[in-house]
Amino acid sequence: MAQITCKNLSFAYDGQTVLSDISFSIDAGAYLCIVGENGSGKSTLMKGLLGLKSPASGTIELGDGLKHTEIGYLPQQTQIQRDFPASVYEVVLSGRLNSMGGRLFYNTEDKKAAMENMERLGIEDIKDKCYMELSGGQQQRVLLARAMCATKKLLLLDEPVTGLDPVATNEMYNLIKLINLCDNTSVIMISHDIHEAVRYATHILHLGNRQLFFGTTAQYRESDLARRFVGGGRA
Amino acid sequence: MIELLGEMLSYHFMSRAIIVGVLVSLCAALLGVSLVLKRFSMIGDGLSHVGFGALAIAAAVNVAPLALAVPIVIAAAFLLLRISQSSRIKGDAAIALISSSALAIGVTVVSMTTGMNTDVSNYMFGSILSLSEADAVLSIALSCIVLLLFVLLYPRIFAVTFDETFAMATGTSAQRYNTVIAVLTAVTVVLGMRMMGALLISSLIIFPALTSMRLCRSFKAVVLCSAIVSVVCFVVGMTLSYVLELPSGASVVIVNILVFLVFSLIGAIKNH
Repeated sequence: MAQITCKNLSFAYDGQTVLSDISFSIDAGAYLCIVGENGSGKSTLMKGLLGLKSPASGTIELGDGLKHTEIGYLPQQTQIQRDFPASVYEVVLSGRLNSMGGRLFYNTEDKKAAMENMERLGIEDIKDKCYMELSGGQQQRVLLARAMCATKKLLLLDEPVTGLDPVATNEMYNLIKLINLCDNTSVIMISHDIHEAVRYATHILHLGNRQLFFGTTAQYRESDLARRFVGGGRA
Repeated sequence: MIELLGEMLSYHFMSRAIIVGVLVSLCAALLGVSLVLKRFSMIGDGLSHVGFGALAIAAAVNVAPLALAVPIVIAAAFLLLRISQSSRIKGDAAIALISSSALAIGVTVVSMTTGMNTDVSNYMFGSILSLSEADAVLSIALSCIVLLLFVLLYPRIFAVTFDETFAMATGTSAQRYNTVIAVLTAVTVVLGMRMMGALLISSLIIFPALTSMRLCRSFKAVVLCSAIVSVVCFVVGMTLSYVLELPSGASVVIVNILVFLVFSLIGAIKNH
């Protein structure tokens, strides 16, 4: 059964429809890139998938035993404050909150999971550093580690490489692909960079206030849409 | 110094005020960290003005001041959150709106009944003498509840303060914990304003957090440092006010300013 199934979704702000006719589904282990121009409804769809915005019509079904508290999320960086005193460890550990249920404090297992995820992303040696004093690439790794603490099943990433330099961008993409392959964690990523999207993703969802394309990356490469957006390339 | 403290504490009203004050300073410092970081610094100020209005009404109709003020200020805290979330009126404007309205109502009620007397001045600038035995017991009980809740909800308060969107996206009700923070702040403001005064209570909330943020680099360190700074400043301020016969609220704030400057200086030196 599919992990997420969206049927005839539409979203509206103050009665104005910004996104309509979205129907797609992904299975466990998929890597879906959501592409499209600014204002095409990518972030709105992500808010819908996260349960932060209710659809104007249509349904989002979680299947395959996926619960709403088992989704990891990497927000766009701009949403976090600049002068917040928090250590890397504190930030990563806070990802475990959704698995606590009614428990009040983090237990040994939570702390172990936080340490493991920091080690996997190579940030364990900066665990006591202040989050705000890190470079952009390191900050994104911290947020990715936090998202991994929140899930083994599905990661939602909102433009995870915005503002990173080319080296950090590449590292970030590789890490995400690695998590996707090693843990069979599904990835849904909003991306500005259509070339990179086509390189890493298994599926592409192209939005333009409605669903312009959904299918595998191979199918996408063959489509007229891709030819226009990715550019002539081999054509 | 020890002798002086001993002498101060031998007065019953003084020891009562210090116990209540230390507890309220702790509450204010802990909540302050979250409020400052969430850009809600002015909420303490707004709520204290509502508290002033409530106290004026309580005096006019002759009911126990805290018993009336606590629920009214909690209601105001709810209203503030509601208004600032509805986005038609922004948070800072909402606070200004409610606080000035409450102040106007308070002043009107006062001038229609007792007139501007020392009571009013005590509400405005605080007085340790205004704390009755019953008030003290209630204050101690309520501030213990605030402290307990803060400690028990600490991981959630951190998550909601650091990144509300992430917390909501992963299934933590940010709204619920925002409400908890606002209610706890409301209670703390009412408890503290008798001693600190309606005009000065918000400093008890803001200063320790800002001071600690000059030097500390993790949330836990900021919280612990704020608690210590707050209590120390309060006790030193009260001692100064006793020795120099200054108003208690103002002395505490002055000490807080000095500590803030010292921390800023150390922070600036460390960063260079």
